[in-house]
Amino acid sequence: MAKPFIKPIISPEEAVRKVREGTSLMLGGFNYGGVPYTLIDALFEAGTKDIDLICVDASHCNDITPEPVGVAKLIVGRRIRSMTASHIGLNKYAQEMLLRGEIKIDLIPMGTYVERIRAKGAGLGGFLTPTGVGTAYEKGHETVEADGRKYILERPLGADVAFIRAYRSDTAGNLIYYGTGRNFNPVIAMAADIVIAEVDEVLAAGDIDPDDVVTPGILVDALVLKGDNPYAART
Amino acid sequence: MLPELSEDEARAGIAKRIASELEDGAVINLGIGIPQLIPNYIPQGVKLILQTENGAINAGPAKDRYDLRVIDAGGAPISILPGGSFVACDVSFAIMRGGHVDATVLGALQVDQEGSLANWMIPNVRVPGMGGAMDIVVGAKKVYAATRHFSSAGKCKLVKKCSLPLTGYGVTDVIVTEYCVIRNLDGHMFLTEVADGVDAEELLRLTDMELAVSAEIKTVKR
Repeated sequence: MAKPFIKPIISPEEAVRKVREGTSLMLGGFNYGGVPYTLIDALFEAGTKDIDLICVDASHCNDITPEPVGVAKLIVGRRIRSMTASHIGLNKYAQEMLLRGEIKIDLIPMGTYVERIRAKGAGLGGFLTPTGVGTAYEKGHETVEADGRKYILERPLGADVAFIRAYRSDTAGNLIYYGTGRNFNPVIAMAADIVIAEVDEVLAAGDIDPDDVVTPGILVDALVLKGDNPYAART
Repeated sequence: MLPELSEDEARAGIAKRIASELEDGAVINLGIGIPQLIPNYIPQGVKLILQTENGAINAGPAKDRYDLRVIDAGGAPISILPGGSFVACDVSFAIMRGGHVDATVLGALQVDQEGSLANWMIPNVRVPGMGGAMDIVVGAKKVYAATRHFSSAGKCKLVKKCSLPLTGYGVTDVIVTEYCVIRNLDGHMFLTEVADGVDAEELLRLTDMELAVSAEIKTVKR
């Protein structure tokens, strides 16, 4: 089904109904930045379990920041069935769950993580990367020799639903980002069937210069306005 | 006897020594730990362009500690200096993996004879994930390992063969500890420099990694 040209601005509660048990969900964000905090909070409140999560990190839940931040709420709240990530070092609880075998977390190099998502969004069957060759990560992965160098064959990574975070949208869903909040969001916007963007504000179509648009609105299904989560306020 | 240094003195000495040889105009990616001290010791007249995994190019000190819209990969607020830019992570990692970073400085748990680096995990104890470390070591033009010579348990971190899971195989170009500088020349590790007050013979005896001594070995005051 074609996505609407003018994007509906929906409530976070309505948005998170797209995520059900067994849904694969991709989340934008890197550390504190570019995280769809309002959508994550609503998903946590909805209580949905058994989510297959694709998110680069596990956010913060540690001795310095004991209260789980962002996606850490979903992990600590045991809503996640499996996770594909690159770094969970700031979430002590996620590491403990992983060591105890209570959660399946596939940890992959960050450049590989983003390129697998990019490959999905770009319609590629995979790619060859030197990252991880000669390390334990190489085991369990197919390798290919090309032009005298050894590479790991990596496959695309997509999801049913993506929640991303941008700074501003226009009514046609064209997105611009702020600072390091851009991170994985534009790549993730290309790799999921349903894409919902949490934004600070929605301008009239035409009020964002087409030259400035980073994510074109044709990739976006719906918009959600940023709520009052304290980290959303700081990003 | 090797000189006795406090943790702070040792770390500062390592950061200062590496900062002294980074080239003016170089694009640099810094890991966590000792590498984060490097901006404090950049010589006058040298301008480095700091690049971060999360998409900052030409990062500088934060202006506002509350604002998390511009942060480094560790989540600390930063600023972008004039002439800098923001990119998405497909681009930041293409920059790292694609050979567009002149040098990276990383901490180490172990570095070995073949230049292999282990710095991301201790099986069954710490499983943080490799993050961007495996990408930067294969892509940066020069890889510095910035590390204390011995672990807090007194074991030499410069080993014949890493026992911990590797970040990259044969990737380290230069190792800088509080006592010395070691350079990987065509796959062979050479002791090229000792810090003031360090006896090279004694250091070799206490170092697990087998080192050739450079014909032009220098003593440098830190």
